[in-house]
Amino acid sequence: MRATINATGLGLLFFTLMLLMAINLAHAVEPDEILDDPVLEARAREISQEVRCPVCQNEPIDSSNAELARELRLVVRERLVAGDSDEQVKNYLADRYGDFVLFRPPVKTTTYLLWAGPGLFFLLGGVGVFFFYRGSRRQKVPTPLSPEEQSKLDQLLADKSGKEDSA
Amino acid sequence: MNRKVLFLLPLLVTITIFGYFFWALTSPGRDPKKLPSVLIDKPAPMFDLVGLEGLDVPGFARQDLTDNGKISVVNIFASWCIPCLAEHPYMLKLGARDDINLFAINYRDKPEDALKWLKKHGNPYHRIGRDPNSRAGIDWGVYGVPETFIVDSGGTIRYKHVGPLNTGDLENIILPIIENLQAQQ
Repeated sequence: MRATINATGLGLLFFTLMLLMAINLAHAVEPDEILDDPVLEARAREISQEVRCPVCQNEPIDSSNAELARELRLVVRERLVAGDSDEQVKNYLADRYGDFVLFRPPVKTTTYLLWAGPGLFFLLGGVGVFFFYRGSRRQKVPTPLSPEEQSKLDQLLADKSGKEDSA
Repeated sequence: MNRKVLFLLPLLVTITIFGYFFWALTSPGRDPKKLPSVLIDKPAPMFDLVGLEGLDVPGFARQDLTDNGKISVVNIFASWCIPCLAEHPYMLKLGARDDINLFAINYRDKPEDALKWLKKHGNPYHRIGRDPNSRAGIDWGVYGVPETFIVDSGGTIRYKHVGPLNTGDLENIILPIIENLQAQQ
């Protein structure tokens, strides 16, 4: 008897394949890279997610498939095994590739503006909003009508009430 | 008057932003993917690389940069790298000079492929070190091939060029830097 694959089976197979592909996309870390010590491995993963791959520049080395990213993941793990702190590992990479490889740039004189920028813009916007509303409140006192305008208004109002009476 | 200025402000901000976009897109030679090297004016990293077997030039170590009092040009190349072939004529030119060292790091390459490539296109390098897993490259801050470094006779990195050299790069950037460094000695 020939084996037949029914629709449900095909669907399940397709779903499994998609799932496997999704997993593959999310993690570039290959089995041979993973450390035996789960604590160190967890730290390595955390660091790798914050290190930019210099080749495919908007991807962290953790999910990048570039060969250099793989090598950098191995370097991260080697440094951790050698007893480096998370900070030391990041500095090790930044010493070679610059702060650019850190998704979270360090706070120092050259990055003060970067870190303070959003706050400054918020403050600036706040000042703008404050003056905008203060200005509009001051304008709430209307300028009185000139005698001509007043007489015209009186006339219009008189007309209107007259019409309403007749209706 | 005051309010008119206020109304014009968004327009001015927009023009400024678009002006920046225009500059960033059109200014020649601006490539945001090129990373500035943090190693400029820093000592070259430590490394000791074995050479390619079957070639008449030896391997390449940190000490070779400071041994003979010459300026060194360190080129990162690989046989699989097409732009490396494009800049190869300029390497041949640099390699013909005996007042500078022309060293190479063979980056993530198979030795047999590198050997074949050098036999076919000529070997300009005075020393070649193999870096199969790019560990030396990482210490040099290499993120692609080709890259070219200029190192002074004291072992300090003075310049880094990312991407293939062309005639203009060689004549307007590389050679003047070499001459300048030689004059300082």
